[in-house]
Amino acid sequence: MSNLPTRKAEEWRYADLGALETLWPLPDAESVTVAAGGEFARAIVNKGGVVRLSLTLEAGAKATVHVLSTADTYARIEIEATLHEGADFHLGGVQLSSGDQTAEIVTTVRHIEPNAHSHQMIRSVAGGTSTASVLGKVYVAKGADGTDGEQSVRAMLLDRTAQANARPELEIYADDVKCAHGCAIGELDANGLFYLAARGIEPARAKALMLQAFIAEAFDGAEEEDNLQAAAQAALEALL
Amino acid sequence: MTMLTIENLHASVADKPILKGLSLTINAGEVHAIMGPNGAGKSTTGYVLGGRPGYEVTEGTATFEGQDLFALDPHERAASGLFLGFQYPVEIPGVSNLQFLREALNSQRKFHDLPPLSGGEFMKLAKEKAALLRMDMDMLKRPVNVGFSGGEKKRAEMVQMGILDPKLAILDETDSGLDIDALRICGEGINAIMRKPDKAVLLITHYQRLLDYVKPDFVHVLAGGRIVKSGGPELALALEEGGYEGVAA
Repeated sequence: MSNLPTRKAEEWRYADLGALETLWPLPDAESVTVAAGGEFARAIVNKGGVVRLSLTLEAGAKATVHVLSTADTYARIEIEATLHEGADFHLGGVQLSSGDQTAEIVTTVRHIEPNAHSHQMIRSVAGGTSTASVLGKVYVAKGADGTDGEQSVRAMLLDRTAQANARPELEIYADDVKCAHGCAIGELDANGLFYLAARGIEPARAKALMLQAFIAEAFDGAEEEDNLQAAAQAALEALL
Repeated sequence: MTMLTIENLHASVADKPILKGLSLTINAGEVHAIMGPNGAGKSTTGYVLGGRPGYEVTEGTATFEGQDLFALDPHERAASGLFLGFQYPVEIPGVSNLQFLREALNSQRKFHDLPPLSGGEFMKLAKEKAALLRMDMDMLKRPVNVGFSGGEKKRAEMVQMGILDPKLAILDETDSGLDIDALRICGEGINAIMRKPDKAVLLITHYQRLLDYVKPDFVHVLAGGRIVKSGGPELALALEEGGYEGVAA
């Protein structure tokens, strides 16, 4: 793609095109091939800009990717994964945005052969007038039976002026397929916040505790779980 | 010494007046019980004193240990020594009881310019209070109130009270949802933690049964948003026999 995209392109619909212009042209995605039966793990902390990763998982390969995105004006993470027979792809993602920032995670998972699994769990926290979007496409090729593709996308809005978009897209050409997707957008439980306050916890700290609990599961089992949780906690506290 | 003075308190919820001139004085060393029919304003009294959003004070004052209670935010009221026991303790998924309690205790200590308790000191305290309420420490490793039975939630609240060591406990229907054994354990816990010369308790309850374990010095009948009758423990017994209509009329 050589020309700057417009909002008409679905995958750029919620992007900050002004910020994108300063980053254009984007570098090519980092391309990684995980050999048959091999394993790959990666933790990405994106503090702004566009990060692109393209994975090819050969038969029986396994990849685990965790991303933490704290938008500095504009943060976008693009992940593509192409899954061969019996491959296993796991993505756990967290994005935090405030002010007028834009954060987005865009994923394309292609199940091109049978019996591959993909599991994506993304948690967004958006405050101020920021926008947090998740666009997740799962493509299942003809003949890729036994596919199991799961997406769980949840967003927490800290202010009524913040915006979250969750857009799952399924394109399925095989018959024997399990593809689940769930998304929910909400705000912090006021009863919970009062309960914490009634025990002496300051409002900002109470919010941080509840948000930490909200995002924590996205990093469950990550190789660098402690580092990611700590970085997310620091970013959350800066956000509140 | 006077701990809490409520004068002519009026409060509304969603613009609907609930409390209509409630007055009450609680001194250190005393246990008071507020009883009353459904809709009298019992829970509202607790929430207004605790500072729950949506419970609006329209008239009157509350002075806690010489301070204007309504000038304090909910967390400041708690740190000042007011503990509100919830009729329906709230579930906080993903936050363990121990993490929650350590945060709460250290927040309160920070409010008083005290250093935080170390992990070891805190665990010792938590174990001691959990044992008092016969609560397994494994329960405290689980998320706050998530998957707890009604009785477990109330016992967990009493463990919280033990750890936070408040001056005044306002306990809103702590006896609801408890079986006979749990009722006795909670009652004994309240006595062990709060029956002290420098502490006070306000029990909000429908029934006499909790008062068999935690003997009140004063019993008040709340009806129509204000206290219509006050007396000693014998008033609770008379209510049990004659009902609110007979006694408060």
